[in-house]
Amino acid sequence: MGAEPYLQEYRETRRALLVLEDGSFFPGWGFGATGKTTGEVVFSTSMVGYPESLTDPSYYGQILTLTYPLIGNYGVPSYEDKIRGVPIHFESIGIKVRGLVIQELCRRPHHWASKRTLDEWLRDEGIPGIYGIDTRRLTKKLREKGVMLGILEVYGEGEEPNLDRLLKEAENIPDPNLTDLVKDVTVGEPIHYESKGGKRVVLIDCGVKGGILRNLIMRRVDVVRVPYNLSLGEIMEYKPDGILVSNGPGDPKMCRETIHTVRELFNEGFPIMGICLGNQILALALGGDTYKLKYGHRSQNQPAYDLETGRCYITTQNHGYAVDLESLKETELKVWFINANDKTVEGVRCEGKPVFALQWHPEASPGPYDTEFLFDEFLKRLG
Amino acid sequence: MPRFEWLRKVLVLGSGPIKIGEAAEFDYSGSQCLKALREEGIETVLINPNVATIQTDPRLAGKVYLLPVTPKYVERVIERERPDGILLGFGGQTALNCGVQLAKMGVYEKYDVKVLGTPIRAIEDTEDRELFRRAMIKAGIPVPRSRSATSAEEAVEIAEEIGYPVILRVAYTLGGKGSGVAHNESELREIVNRALAQSMITQVLVEEYIGHWKEVEYEVMRDYENNCITVCNMENLDPMGVHTGDSIVIAPSQTLTNREYHILRSASIKVIQSLGIVGECNIQWALHPRSEEHRAIEVNARMSRSSALASKATGYPLAYIATKLAIGYLLPELINKVTGITTACFEPALDYVVVKIPRWDLRKFRNVDPHLGPQMKSVGEVMAIGRNFEEALQKAVRMLDIGKIGLVANEGDDEPEPVEKVKDVLRRPTEERRFKVVKAIKMGISIKER
Repeated sequence: MGAEPYLQEYRETRRALLVLEDGSFFPGWGFGATGKTTGEVVFSTSMVGYPESLTDPSYYGQILTLTYPLIGNYGVPSYEDKIRGVPIHFESIGIKVRGLVIQELCRRPHHWASKRTLDEWLRDEGIPGIYGIDTRRLTKKLREKGVMLGILEVYGEGEEPNLDRLLKEAENIPDPNLTDLVKDVTVGEPIHYESKGGKRVVLIDCGVKGGILRNLIMRRVDVVRVPYNLSLGEIMEYKPDGILVSNGPGDPKMCRETIHTVRELFNEGFPIMGICLGNQILALALGGDTYKLKYGHRSQNQPAYDLETGRCYITTQNHGYAVDLESLKETELKVWFINANDKTVEGVRCEGKPVFALQWHPEASPGPYDTEFLFDEFLKRLG
Repeated sequence: MPRFEWLRKVLVLGSGPIKIGEAAEFDYSGSQCLKALREEGIETVLINPNVATIQTDPRLAGKVYLLPVTPKYVERVIERERPDGILLGFGGQTALNCGVQLAKMGVYEKYDVKVLGTPIRAIEDTEDRELFRRAMIKAGIPVPRSRSATSAEEAVEIAEEIGYPVILRVAYTLGGKGSGVAHNESELREIVNRALAQSMITQVLVEEYIGHWKEVEYEVMRDYENNCITVCNMENLDPMGVHTGDSIVIAPSQTLTNREYHILRSASIKVIQSLGIVGECNIQWALHPRSEEHRAIEVNARMSRSSALASKATGYPLAYIATKLAIGYLLPELINKVTGITTACFEPALDYVVVKIPRWDLRKFRNVDPHLGPQMKSVGEVMAIGRNFEEALQKAVRMLDIGKIGLVANEGDDEPEPVEKVKDVLRRPTEERRFKVVKAIKMGISIKER
């Protein structure tokens, strides 16, 4: 019998501070990397799936708060488990959030697939995290006032937080939504995920989640993943059977080139499927409008109601912007799904054309798999 | 779809007396059910001989028959009251069994009573081990693998195929006499000869052993149009070998990854859809501790102890909504009672954890074996909510009213005890186990030692 390793307490010595643009602040303890970060502070109510969420490119530019209080219980798996080069346990290689805000950090994860702790993972990738704050208070504030810009700083050992300085800096936080975030998360050069004899889909990568790729690969689709700013001519060279416009971060109106190209692709008569940002881009391309939601939809429990069949599906969502319902009246798009809670647009389709898009994530990951059948619907439309 | 318009009068079967293995949760589910019917202007008739319940209060049920929930009495009530429909899922196992017997007797046809919600065939599929097994295999849901053998050689062959460890069950003996777990061929040979000798028909069942797998439950709802949600999942602190009713249970699950959580969630929905359950059911899964392998263990096609817990833990009124679904409503048509504006077709996201701890009173009974196993022995339970596991656990132990202020920090916690005695309780659990785990940690016994 050795000493008492299980009783040994781990005491974090680094302080951390989260300050919002409205001057509210949350002192806590630091984990992950030491340093300072800024971004849009958002919250997700997902109870599982932090490895997937943190690597979801749609969170790029944001500081993520998880409302479920116990995070890190099952550790972090390996990037090396892959299917055709796409990681199984993550949505991309590398953490995409700018910072992580949680209530309690698990220091002793226990899971067969775990290779390191959440703390180690964030340290390794230079992402700061704060724990030990009242995330419920923070969430209530964000729900009441809407998402806000914020600064998160993790101080070095023994260093005292400088609240006054951060409060001052919080007055001038650059808004990531005013920049072209997609540029940083799109693929540099086209990647071909070959599948002999399969239908060819050009995937316009605005920050695509691994789950979308895995769903296409498992259905034996021949996928060409291309940068978001490829022109119509360049896309046509691949002779696609269909186009998938992916999810991605930020304000859809920043993706001017993509919106333009999607309009052209539509005119050419290609079958198109849009997911999340891809849904907003399709709506904008066809003359619709988008707007920013107060605090967005970020969870695994959003009900998407099919206006045609009356069926309701539980979906994973991660978006801060939405398609304006009224604006669609002037377009060729018809509302297909609405959110059963707040009645916002969840999906659109084009009558008589093989074109549709969803505001949620049929690829799940993290979240429920209930709407994966929509990938089959897309394949059916490829002719 | 609005509710069935032809429905004017509904008979609800209660659970009868409260006994060990069947706790007071059915009073809760029956009461919610009656409330849900009443607001629809449906006349209610309740059969429940238990006067110590809320549901027999005349303010809840329109008419109460304090009669035993047995086919004979229920038929007489049906004859007299002539209800349009009957609800079987709100009075525990007693009501469910009675409902199936009534179907076999042809009572429903005779008096033109419609079974609301889950159909009889689905109830039978969940109640009979072999029917359940077949239904699951047909739906592509994994169940524990097993085959029967009539000789030692055959048993060895089957075990090789299934993979060790295996559990051997003797056919047609009481109390599992002669059964045992074999981790390798030599252990198997030792057990199998004894087992074959004890079987009246010289037959043993060789089954994949999952006693050490994680036990995870899902509460699932489905309406007549196939819309499904899982209200909550729960993880048992004790593995498969200990009855859920005797387990410490935590909601939501604590050790499952996103993939594991949602693989089991999807499978749960597949189960409820393939069985054709309407309303609510509880599904128990065994999840391999070192892979994503899982097995369906059991389905309760009714409100259960776990549903009552899930309802309290999440604030989602399961019994109330299940009643509305049984009388024809669809999930997206119903309103979430907590927010008052959003839909009932959603899955609660918790920002807290819930711990349930059973309460035993084994000392009050003479000659009772204090060891916990597959048969439920607890007489009640407490539930605590906290922002972390420790808080919820500590609160729950305190509320058990057994003279402890929590799992830790009690007077006399550190009194010396022989290591072997502590280890024995860890190996063969009794109600003392949770405290002995703390003791073992303090004594420095490693997790690997057993």
